[in-house]
Amino acid sequence: MKHLLSTDGLGRDQATAILDTADRLKQALLGREVRKLPTLRGRTVITMFYENSTRTRVSFEIAGKWMSADVINVSSSGSSVGKGESLRDTALTLQAAGADCVIVRHPASGAAHRLAGWLKHTSTSVVNAGDGMHEHPTQALLDAATLRDRLGSLDGRRVAIVGDVLHSRVARSNVHLLTALGAEVTLVAPPTLLPTGVEKWPVSVSHEIDAELAGQDAVMMLRVQAERMTGGFFPSSREYSIAYGLNERRLKLLPEHAVVLHPGPMLRGMEIASVVADSPQAAITEQVRNGVHVRMAVLYHLLAHEEETA
Amino acid sequence: MASRQRGATDPAGDREILSAGDVARTVARMAHQIIEKTALDAPSAPDVVLMGIPSRGAPLARRLAAKIAEFSGRQVLEGTLDITLYRDDLRRGPTRPLETTKLPEGGIDDKLVVLVDDVLFSGRTIRAALDALRDHGRPRSVQLAVLVDRGHRELPIRADYVGKNLPTAKTEDVVVLLEEFDGRDGVVLK
Repeated sequence: MKHLLSTDGLGRDQATAILDTADRLKQALLGREVRKLPTLRGRTVITMFYENSTRTRVSFEIAGKWMSADVINVSSSGSSVGKGESLRDTALTLQAAGADCVIVRHPASGAAHRLAGWLKHTSTSVVNAGDGMHEHPTQALLDAATLRDRLGSLDGRRVAIVGDVLHSRVARSNVHLLTALGAEVTLVAPPTLLPTGVEKWPVSVSHEIDAELAGQDAVMMLRVQAERMTGGFFPSSREYSIAYGLNERRLKLLPEHAVVLHPGPMLRGMEIASVVADSPQAAITEQVRNGVHVRMAVLYHLLAHEEETA
Repeated sequence: MASRQRGATDPAGDREILSAGDVARTVARMAHQIIEKTALDAPSAPDVVLMGIPSRGAPLARRLAAKIAEFSGRQVLEGTLDITLYRDDLRRGPTRPLETTKLPEGGIDDKLVVLVDDVLFSGRTIRAALDALRDHGRPRSVQLAVLVDRGHRELPIRADYVGKNLPTAKTEDVVVLLEEFDGRDGVVLK
């Protein structure tokens, strides 16, 4: 594997290989004195974040450092991006400076694909850490890892993705990945927050959260992305919360074994009630922990083999 | 199966070096040697941990532990140590899948660790295993047990317990067959 740009087309075998590697890495690091593996010694990983992020950037940085890669963080403020340098020139500069892997987050959908195209004839790998409203593949992989931990396997499992699907790259990446791994996905959202063409996705669609919860093995709550909204998508936050928020009453509608996921950052009281976020069914901190192991696994699959320049 | 003879060459050019019975006897002899060299039956015996290197070192470590318990009455701890992340040739081939790592309860600090592998060849696996052990703790000493030593070392490494010394040509391939993976025990030279 040279790049990780999307979970679309990743395939069941490749996805399972990455998740298995993540499991083994977690096992290998368990209870050890030195949390550092020599595997990526001498490799340079650059994170390039054009959008705010806490957990994704930090967990990529930790993942790289635990595998002994040199990790350098570039943000749009404090770099030449602020002077108006294009994404392409910044990427070529980082590649020329010796980056083996560029991890990019960008507000424009497709940015990571463009970057991979510009770096086609080099050995530099590209990881998409979130591009606009398009994809966030490592988030989907860590969600799948968390669900495998809690549920054993995803085959035949039912997962509801609830909320602002329209603006969510997490939802898109999860739809591809979870269905490839054998899960049945239901999207639950008001019609205004569903993308056009959703009827062609391999999912069921519902507008009624209460009707869907009883049969689910997991429910993934999405944040309402106010920063990407330009019009009125629902009457008020309060009304959205009443219609689609996961509150204590709705938690009781879920089967007892069901897992509650949230990709973060959470808006407590909006899409998820505080008591639900802190309940034993919530796996939100496990998601963050798995995020480090999954990103280590991704770096392993991208960097620990012979060079690919295709 | 019954007609298989030690030393016989089959039509494919494979030569059986050890039969299933030979493997069992060899493992038993190695268990006796480990008991003797580590003074496991003495009252002041050290804590011995057998760490099998996947894939085939892992079942060998389990078998040795069972034999040691049978002969000495002492339970030794065992675990598995995957060395893939410590290999020096990861960039010379396709992505290698990782194997299981499982340390015994209580870890390896101040224990006498015996690394167990099927074939000792270049010594690079053992070099990687020593690096991996160092990250997991600080054993009081480390020894090495291998079923077959086929020579051609590329590093200054030797085994403390050798089941069978087998002079080979570099182009030959030594294959250890184990019930757990291959349906039968044996050692074959290809």
